[in-house]
Amino acid sequence: MSGLFQLAPPEASAHAAQVDHIFLGFLALTVLLTAPVFVLLIYYAAKYRQGRPADRTHAPSRGPLIETSWAVIPFLLAIGFFVWGTFLFFQGSRAPLDALTINVVGKQWMWKFEHPGGQREIDALHVPTGRPVRLVMTSQDVIHSLYLPALRLKQDVLPGRYTSLWFNADRPGVYAIRCAEFCGFDHSVMGGRFIVMRPEAYARWLAQAGTDGSLADQGFKLFRAHGCSGCHSDQSTRRAPALAGLYGRATPLEDGRIVTADDQYLRDSILYPARDVAAGYAPIMPTFAGQLSEAEVLRLVAYLKSLGPKEPAQ
Amino acid sequence: MTAEPALQTPEEKVSYLAAGHSVRSWLLTTDHKRIAILYLISITGFFFIAGIAAALIRLDLLTPQGDLLTNEGYDRAFTLHGIVMVWFFLIPSIPNTFGNFLIPLMIGAKDVAFPRLNLLSWYIYVLGGLFTVYVLIVGGVDTGWTFYTPLSTMFANGHVIAVAIAVFIVGFSSILTGLNFIVTIHKLRAPGMTWGRLPLFIWSHYATSLILVLATPVLAVTLVLLASERLFHLGIFDPALGGDPLLFQHLFWFYSHPAVYIMILPAMGVISELVSAAAHKRVFGYWFIACASLAIAAVGFLVWGHHMFVAGQSIYASAIFSFLSLVVAVPSAIKVYNWTATLYKGDIRIDPPLLFAMAFIGLFTIGGLTGLMLALLAIDVHVHDTYFVVAHFHYIMVGGAVSAFFGALHFWWPKITGRMYSLIWGRISAGLIFFGFNLTFFPQFILGYLGMPRRYHVYPPQFQTLNVLSSAGASLLAAAYVLPFFYLVYALRNGAPAGPNPWNAAGLEWTTPSPPPKHNFETTPEVDRPAYDYPLAKRSADG
Repeated sequence: MSGLFQLAPPEASAHAAQVDHIFLGFLALTVLLTAPVFVLLIYYAAKYRQGRPADRTHAPSRGPLIETSWAVIPFLLAIGFFVWGTFLFFQGSRAPLDALTINVVGKQWMWKFEHPGGQREIDALHVPTGRPVRLVMTSQDVIHSLYLPALRLKQDVLPGRYTSLWFNADRPGVYAIRCAEFCGFDHSVMGGRFIVMRPEAYARWLAQAGTDGSLADQGFKLFRAHGCSGCHSDQSTRRAPALAGLYGRATPLEDGRIVTADDQYLRDSILYPARDVAAGYAPIMPTFAGQLSEAEVLRLVAYLKSLGPKEPAQ
Repeated sequence: MTAEPALQTPEEKVSYLAAGHSVRSWLLTTDHKRIAILYLISITGFFFIAGIAAALIRLDLLTPQGDLLTNEGYDRAFTLHGIVMVWFFLIPSIPNTFGNFLIPLMIGAKDVAFPRLNLLSWYIYVLGGLFTVYVLIVGGVDTGWTFYTPLSTMFANGHVIAVAIAVFIVGFSSILTGLNFIVTIHKLRAPGMTWGRLPLFIWSHYATSLILVLATPVLAVTLVLLASERLFHLGIFDPALGGDPLLFQHLFWFYSHPAVYIMILPAMGVISELVSAAAHKRVFGYWFIACASLAIAAVGFLVWGHHMFVAGQSIYASAIFSFLSLVVAVPSAIKVYNWTATLYKGDIRIDPPLLFAMAFIGLFTIGGLTGLMLALLAIDVHVHDTYFVVAHFHYIMVGGAVSAFFGALHFWWPKITGRMYSLIWGRISAGLIFFGFNLTFFPQFILGYLGMPRRYHVYPPQFQTLNVLSSAGASLLAAAYVLPFFYLVYALRNGAPAGPNPWNAAGLEWTTPSPPPKHNFETTPEVDRPAYDYPLAKRSADG
């Protein structure tokens, strides 16, 4: 299809349609506010051209009332759009709790995705329709930006930090994934395919994609292989705190602060353990920075989350 | 015809241009008018260097594969284009040439407050420029003009440090010029030239100077931090070293967003002069426009976060920055409507300066309103870092600031050189620039909304048609920008003597001969009327 007659990418979610609506609405406001300027500039230039007879008497040189009105009225109209745009944005920033979480790691110059079942893909992302999907993203090197034009969404992907975005795609199809933040030589080819499938098709794809076990299982293997279980055991909490039920809990630290044990906290505690030491423990844990890739850390976090808020009796 | 140069007019024989013809008399001058010419020549050189980089970019984007340059070469071309255009053309463009030339003339002073500092500022600019030329010769830099970390500090392999030094140095030129203008406007106004009688060009340069002095040091600090991390691995921005990459973005945009107003405020000052002079009428709503300039300078410091809506900053911060970005548009809207109202019941001469001013108003308005779209959070998430943004800021900086620069050039050329150029060619080039500009950049709005990210060397084939249109527009625009060079230079020798006031305009600069004598005025003028006090004699004869 020729790019000339296509003015917007396909809409693969209700959010995308809403963004197009606010865009068209503001476009209409733009025309409303600029048309008088463009028309009058030309009209006045023609009508009051030097040498032409025209009534030039009583030319006003100020008019506080009209000036205030053309300052305030467009502003108030714009404020309406501000409320609308901010509402849509806030809606898009809080993922529902039941969202399917997919991990994303960006690196020069590829996108890696890991599904909860452990299925991995590179430069392609399969998601089901009709279900909220949350992408938890980080970068192995520089800043990238995951851009899904069909969803009208993008989010920068930073090294050393988890950012996320969520969506509910409702139109099956194959769309584009692009990198929107300049990230070096091959920035323009750092992209891939975004495949939205019906839930049955997604389930079939998951089944045939193959896996070395779920992310949590793979995380547990790493947990043992790197010797974490030597100190962090459920039997003894003498040297290190037990990790069952930690995720999402308010955790007191040695220096008196209290932090929520979220993904970012777990990641930082693995890579920079001396930064936030749990209350009652000495900072004896070695750093794993340089030993674990971001993808491996994400698997460990998935394992810790699987130990998640459980009944104390268990 | 003989090969003899055109006879010098009596005014030229006693003008600042006649005060010495040696290279030394130019390079060691402290005359603000000569320094303005030094700037005009040097920024024109950099405009062409950055323009050539833009030409390479547009040529390369004719095809989706990008077969003219390598990926690396392309990255270096757009980085150079941005750095040179922003710091070596746009920021000094109007203030350091027309501001330098006109501020003393407009307020009835003999020179700026610190003439030697003024010359030093030019030498600092040249030194920064030499570093840039060095970087160009040794192979360039590939970070984008925004230098985002940790790409620029730990990953890019171009000459980041050298170019950071160049930008660091040229910043001091900005600071000294801003300081000089502030003091000049405060201390050197002629008797009777009260604040309320200042031309709006002066008000906008005053506001610009405040930003130059307050914002530029932040850029210097940021570049020093960047260099410390790149050279000494001091962990400031790279998380692998314990730094925070968003810190860089906050610091960078804290300077670079106000820098947009450094580019556009002087342009607005020019437009107020051009519109009023063409209409032979007082600017509508003088105080609203004057205060709008100050408001833009103040609120402009509070909107930097709108560059970071998808960067990972707090969503509540984003909401506040979104709101403030709508607020900062209000003073600009006032100006656009007031300029339009100025034409109402005017006595309008449709000469090149007015055509450039009209081009400015049209293009700036589109640039401003698309800027409001970008300020709306939900829209920005989609079009951030796409060609929509590229189109938006080119409408402001090229459609706006560069059109105003050309408008100023066509308006004050007779004053600066004493000669009139061909008005017909002036009108043609204004029309060509307007048309070529729109053909170049309007398709980029659509490309952006369709999802083409900026800084893409290779792009999906469905974007080719719009890219070809844009490149076609760019070649037209390039020709239109070169055109004035010929007829303006031709007019230097062959143009008719302009006389002191060829446009029949108000303003002290038009009361002195063209070109002005070395010390601007024979006797210090006494001001007893407001700016733009057009005589109504002719009008009453019509009516």
